[in-house]
Amino acid sequence: MTAFFEAKGLEIRFGGVVAADDVNIRIEEGRNLAIIGPNGAGKTTFLNICTGYLKPSAGEVIFDGQTITRKSPLEITRLGVARAFQIPQLFAEHTALENMLIAGAARSQRWAPFTRMYDIPERGEMMHLLELVNCGHVANRLVDELPEGQRKLIDIALALALKPRLLFMDEPTSGVASSEKFAVLDIIAKALDEAKVTSVFVEHDMGIVERFADEIAVWNRGVVMHRGTPDEILNHPDVIRDVIGGEVTDA
Amino acid sequence: MKTVTTFLAIIVAIGLVVLPLYFPWTQVILTLALAKGLAVLGIIVLLQAGQVSFGHALFFAVSAYAAAYLGQAFAGGELLTMIVVGVAASLVAGLLVGLFVVRYRYIFFGMLNLAFSMILFSVLEKFYHLTGGSDGMQVARPLVLGMEFEREGFETLLFYGTFVIAAVAGLAVHRFLVSPVGNMMKTIKTNETRLEYLGVSPRSVLLTGYVLSAGLCGIGGVLMAVAQGIVTPEYAWWIRSGELVFIAILGGAGSVWGAFVGSIVYEFVRTFASAFAGDVWQMVLGVFLLIIILFAPSGLVGLWNRVTGRGESSTSGQSVPAKPQPAASKEPSA
Amino acid sequence: MNMQLVGLAIFDGIAYAALVFLVAVGLTLVFGVLRILNVAHGSFYAIGAYITASVGGAVAAGGYSPFLAFPLMLIAACLVGIVLGVTIEKFLLRRVYDAEEALQLLVTFAVFMILEDVQRLVWGTQPYFESSALQALGNIEVLGIFYTKFQLIFLPVVAITVLIGLRLFLRRTLSGKLILAVTEDREGAASIGIDADRVYLLTFVIGTALAAFGGALASATTSVVPGMGADMIVLSFAVAATAGLGQIEGAAIAALLIGLGRSFAVYLMPEMEVLMPYLIMLLVLLWRPQGLFGVAQSRKI
Repeated sequence: MTAFFEAKGLEIRFGGVVAADDVNIRIEEGRNLAIIGPNGAGKTTFLNICTGYLKPSAGEVIFDGQTITRKSPLEITRLGVARAFQIPQLFAEHTALENMLIAGAARSQRWAPFTRMYDIPERGEMMHLLELVNCGHVANRLVDELPEGQRKLIDIALALALKPRLLFMDEPTSGVASSEKFAVLDIIAKALDEAKVTSVFVEHDMGIVERFADEIAVWNRGVVMHRGTPDEILNHPDVIRDVIGGEVTDA
Repeated sequence: MKTVTTFLAIIVAIGLVVLPLYFPWTQVILTLALAKGLAVLGIIVLLQAGQVSFGHALFFAVSAYAAAYLGQAFAGGELLTMIVVGVAASLVAGLLVGLFVVRYRYIFFGMLNLAFSMILFSVLEKFYHLTGGSDGMQVARPLVLGMEFEREGFETLLFYGTFVIAAVAGLAVHRFLVSPVGNMMKTIKTNETRLEYLGVSPRSVLLTGYVLSAGLCGIGGVLMAVAQGIVTPEYAWWIRSGELVFIAILGGAGSVWGAFVGSIVYEFVRTFASAFAGDVWQMVLGVFLLIIILFAPSGLVGLWNRVTGRGESSTSGQSVPAKPQPAASKEPSA
Repeated sequence: MNMQLVGLAIFDGIAYAALVFLVAVGLTLVFGVLRILNVAHGSFYAIGAYITASVGGAVAAGGYSPFLAFPLMLIAACLVGIVLGVTIEKFLLRRVYDAEEALQLLVTFAVFMILEDVQRLVWGTQPYFESSALQALGNIEVLGIFYTKFQLIFLPVVAITVLIGLRLFLRRTLSGKLILAVTEDREGAASIGIDADRVYLLTFVIGTALAAFGGALASATTSVVPGMGADMIVLSFAVAATAGLGQIEGAAIAALLIGLGRSFAVYLMPEMEVLMPYLIMLLVLLWRPQGLFGVAQSRKI
């Protein structure tokens, strides 16, 4: 059976730093995976490799039976893998809604050179997505004027707009007000569930991890040290020592 | 305030149509201005993506010379055919050059375009037997829809024809800029990486805009050639390209209006400067440009927007912004 | 094509390359430090030539030694560098350092336009030709070919001296190291107390003076006419881009490449002469967009 998503023997180094040292991991469809680990463990590097931003010096990445290791972010996105970023990547001179409309047009490959973007059929859906992440009220504000938390959410909404099968999120709740974190991720999780999107997310907040992850993978020094259910991982002595001990959980 | 501007725009348009009737000497200036304005429109399309081409005179010249050849081959030729052939030539050239240059950005983009245009310029200048060298080629007055016109009648016809073409082109470009692909052009400036992560090829988007801009320069080139009656290698000169960018900034880089407002003002200033300051008209223009850049970098249209309190929203027209921040597209590795 | 012609082409190429290098290196230095491509750089070249030719002509007419032309060239270069360089950097460029690249280019384009007319106003449109420096050095015979010592020996020697001098200046002197530091990291340099403004000013003055120096030297070999600035600016762009913007040593190689390419074209295919530099630039950039020696920047794609 071909794996939904698999990374085999990934290796990459930056100068003297080994960011990936024989990384092997399988991700099953429908099981949301949380990636935790100390800073510098290679988590974002892993995301970068999986989404085509970096090419590993060794190893393979396979999505739904296709080898995507050397493919560009563009090709990988079109295959159904989307990405939300640690620092929100938005279109600075556009409003929140316009950002979404661009994503909607991108999904349908709708270039329509002489139609107004505001008139594309995906508009309703894009507005709905914005409201889903609690940003409907700032739809007509320039994204550069918005607070970090909202920019974060719009970044995720952009990825959702693509209706991907697999979504990589890099610290989805960082920048979101702690009182809203659970609520917001609840909504996102439900939306992902309904749309049958599998998510892989890097997180530092163990409360979030506990609540939303079906499985956890622990990164340390460029390797996957541990893998298992939240119960197994969050109570693992090594993990508590290396990862959680240094983490700040929000009540 | 928006209605005031629209109203004013209509007044200006009507004014343009009517002006030559009362002041016949303005007709030629306006024709040239509108023709150049079409080329400037092409520059503005590219400016949306934050890219400046210092070689777009290439397409201006390609279509102008194509029209000249056509005219010579058919002893006079037909205006409409000239326009069609000229634009087609510049579109093809735009595609061929574009396929190369859209891989580059900013300075490299600008300089590669410059290189291509200088090559054409050199060819036009040197291959005397083919191109007439620096003397150029005559463009005899063509027939229009099979009919022959006297000089005056022809010039009037050309003016109104150019006006209509400019209006249609302006409308088309406006629609392009508010379309999905037009907005994607803007993202090349603000976050090209994100565009790629949405599954869209920035190169393809830029190429689309590039070919469009080449075609616009092409229309302008043919009309200019016919209006002036002669084409010279200077049509491809780098200073001509610079002039186009100058006018784009003068008018206001973000809007369709900017192209035409800018080129009309430019043409009038240039004519008066030549007439009254003969030897120093370039200096006058240079100072003028400096003043605009230093004190009104959003151009005349931007000034107007500021005066009418319209400010700048993302879709109505954006001034040339500060340098895009490189940090926006890089992520720290965790 | 016989040996004589090949020899001639090579000598032509070397002499031409030396001149172009002097101008291009100033352009590329300014770009490397200020990140601005100065269109008016060609005007400095022209003005240097005009000053040298006109004053030199007066000096020669007054019966003074033609060897005075040499110090005159240096003086002209420094004059242009200081007067024009300081004025333009302080009052114009400084205002647009944070602006979009297009606007910066247009500022220099406007200065170019202004200076074109300034040349016309001051020196008129008639050609100036003052070759006493060229003649003063006499000729030399190499491989059966007669060539002027000025072009075959003096120019390349000057070019190499400038190249080595610049390298030493940048790497060994304090000012030079400051320039390199600011080039590498402006904010970092400012935060440790380096006056970036002064560094920019110094760099621009040096670049300007180099262009004027190139023009001063060139005035001995060719007539000084309106429009020579415009021609030279695109040519030095081509050299700088081929080398990689900011690459000083590379500019020498690129200048040689383009100089030889052009001079061989003159003898083999004359129509291609003007085309050659741009063709070479195009081919190099299509193969290596950052230039022969440029550092590939992490592109956004």
